[in-house]
Amino acid sequence: MNHFRIVFLGFLLTFASAWVGLAVLPSRYFATLPFAHDPATGAELPPPLEPLAQRGAQVYLANGCIYCHSQQVRPADAGSDIARGWGQRRTVARDYLRDRIAVMGTMRTGPDLSNIGVRNPSDAWHLLHLYNPQITSPGSIMPPFRFLFDKVKAGPEPRLDALSLPPQESTPGYDIIPNADARALVAYLKSLRRSSYNLPEEPLPD
Amino acid sequence: MTSASLPYNEHHQETPETGVRLRVEVDRAAREPITALFVTAVFWLLLGSVLALVSSIKMHMPGFLADAAWLTFGRVRPGHLDTVIYGWASASSMGAGLWMMSRLCRAPIRYRRLLLASAALWNVGNAIGLVGVLAGWSTSVEWLEYPPLAALVLTVAFLPVMVEAVSMVRRRQPGHVYVSQWYILAGIFWFPWLYATAQVLIFWHPVSGPAQPPVNWWFAHNVLGLWFTPVGLAAAYYFIPKIIGKPLHSYYLSMVGFWSLAFFYAWNGMHHLIGGPFPAWLISVSVVASVMMFVPVITVAVNHHLTMRGSFGALRWSPTLRFVVFAAMSYTLVSFQGSLMAIRSLNRLTHFTHYTIAHAHLGMYAFVTMMMFGAIYYIVPRLTGREWPSATAIKAHFWLCAIGVIFYWLELSIGGFLQGLALLDEKVPFIATVKLTLPYLELRSLAGCMMTLGHFIFAWSLWRVLAGHTAATGKATLLAPQPA
Repeated sequence: MNHFRIVFLGFLLTFASAWVGLAVLPSRYFATLPFAHDPATGAELPPPLEPLAQRGAQVYLANGCIYCHSQQVRPADAGSDIARGWGQRRTVARDYLRDRIAVMGTMRTGPDLSNIGVRNPSDAWHLLHLYNPQITSPGSIMPPFRFLFDKVKAGPEPRLDALSLPPQESTPGYDIIPNADARALVAYLKSLRRSSYNLPEEPLPD
Repeated sequence: MTSASLPYNEHHQETPETGVRLRVEVDRAAREPITALFVTAVFWLLLGSVLALVSSIKMHMPGFLADAAWLTFGRVRPGHLDTVIYGWASASSMGAGLWMMSRLCRAPIRYRRLLLASAALWNVGNAIGLVGVLAGWSTSVEWLEYPPLAALVLTVAFLPVMVEAVSMVRRRQPGHVYVSQWYILAGIFWFPWLYATAQVLIFWHPVSGPAQPPVNWWFAHNVLGLWFTPVGLAAAYYFIPKIIGKPLHSYYLSMVGFWSLAFFYAWNGMHHLIGGPFPAWLISVSVVASVMMFVPVITVAVNHHLTMRGSFGALRWSPTLRFVVFAAMSYTLVSFQGSLMAIRSLNRLTHFTHYTIAHAHLGMYAFVTMMMFGAIYYIVPRLTGREWPSATAIKAHFWLCAIGVIFYWLELSIGGFLQGLALLDEKVPFIATVKLTLPYLELRSLAGCMMTLGHFIFAWSLWRVLAGHTAATGKATLLAPQPA
């Protein structure tokens, strides 16, 4: 075959067909997907993120949480996701309409976080877990995120935002204070309630 | 036998003398730009390997280097991925691809300075990208973690490679076109299209959230399938017949292999999203296309095997052939595995586990990386006029990397398989699925040490050649005496 022009046309056509099928069509297909509305309150679903949680989403991206945590609940016949309590229903496309970057993930070295805000709404737990995962989850291989915390000299009054660490973790005379990124990340994690509401295409189980 | 089955010249106007003269001319013109690309590639390979080892150790020693934000696992790991993809594998593919193209078209490189600028800019792009990821500007979109600015620099840096490849094709001397030329030209066109489209649709003019993963995996799968694979296969098609001195078994099979790859591979990516919130047709079309990959893979494997038949003895002495044949066999293996992993019932088990990571390394390392090592061992003495310093070093490089990656693949596949079984059983507490993988994660660090050591030995050899410390070409550095 010496007709490079025809060959070249072949390169273009084979490639373009899949480009249309897998990149262009899905993009168009989802481009017109509207928000749903809560029948009781009329509020948009999925709900918008608070500004602090939006900043937290950025911290989530910057620190690569996605390499160990997924944010998608597969249907009951496709895995143990629902049986493990990671969501009441599978997640659907509409659950990701608010995401600037949709971090559905491909690994479960750690548990799925689609509904971590439902499963664990405690600020104190999340902060301790980020500071040192061994405190809350012994045996975890999640890295400690101590760089999201400041170690400050304790004042005469106890600080409300200081972590309550177990004795072996704390240094007398010093407090461990979450920095702005840590607080934002926790706000984001608590906002993750992806399949906790009804959608017409995927209602919650009764 | 037609001349189209030969990666070297058998055509009418050429005498052996003019053929040799042309090859010398081609290699002289390629000397600076291709050497620059290879040095670039090896630099990023070393850095990427160190980042890989750090990430691997962190998975079983989470406290290791944990106190600096820029060294946290979630930054070092994408740092590893992107430096080896763009820094090492792409730069070496650009170098090896252009050199083979130049030889096959019998057209010396024309835009030498432009390509040197391209190699320099490729380093700038990777440096911006890696610093960006470590500094906390990672996009967290897999295989596209470099901040968009770095991607822009890389795209611009790639353009001269396209221009040069087209120029070579236009200047090619009359005669049959060999299959490697198709693969290289196709790969050189597909890669920037893939990369630029993915950048635009995810970062510059973002599509809505649920449409991002399809674009992401269309890119991430095809950057392997339509960039590294074409250049890797071009190298296998080029070096195997060249070294054993026999024509390719079948020209027609090579055409079937090429077009079926172009047609089916492009549709594969959505098998990474099985179970996700996407329309069923989108996933199904990729599952079907993934299974259809048996066609190009078997075609290529049969063609290479029948070409090699009777010449396997050459693996004893030829460094390039040893790496290339190992890589070609890995390609068959990884493709079979990939087709099976796309089947829903098996994917249910392997999805979200280390099994996928093991599979990815069989593809990007045992196939692509080993192929590029083989190509560099062949090309560099022809560019520099100097031989490799030591057969022992080449052997050590080969065995450390070959045993390292096979061990990596085997043991992490077992770990991932067990992890998958445990994850599917909701009665197993989640933490138990983590703990059971620990021995496999530790063994992976061991495999990583072997491979990294191999890379440093390789870099040492390359440095010796470039510093002019080795013998002038004439008597090739062989792994064993070549039978007469």
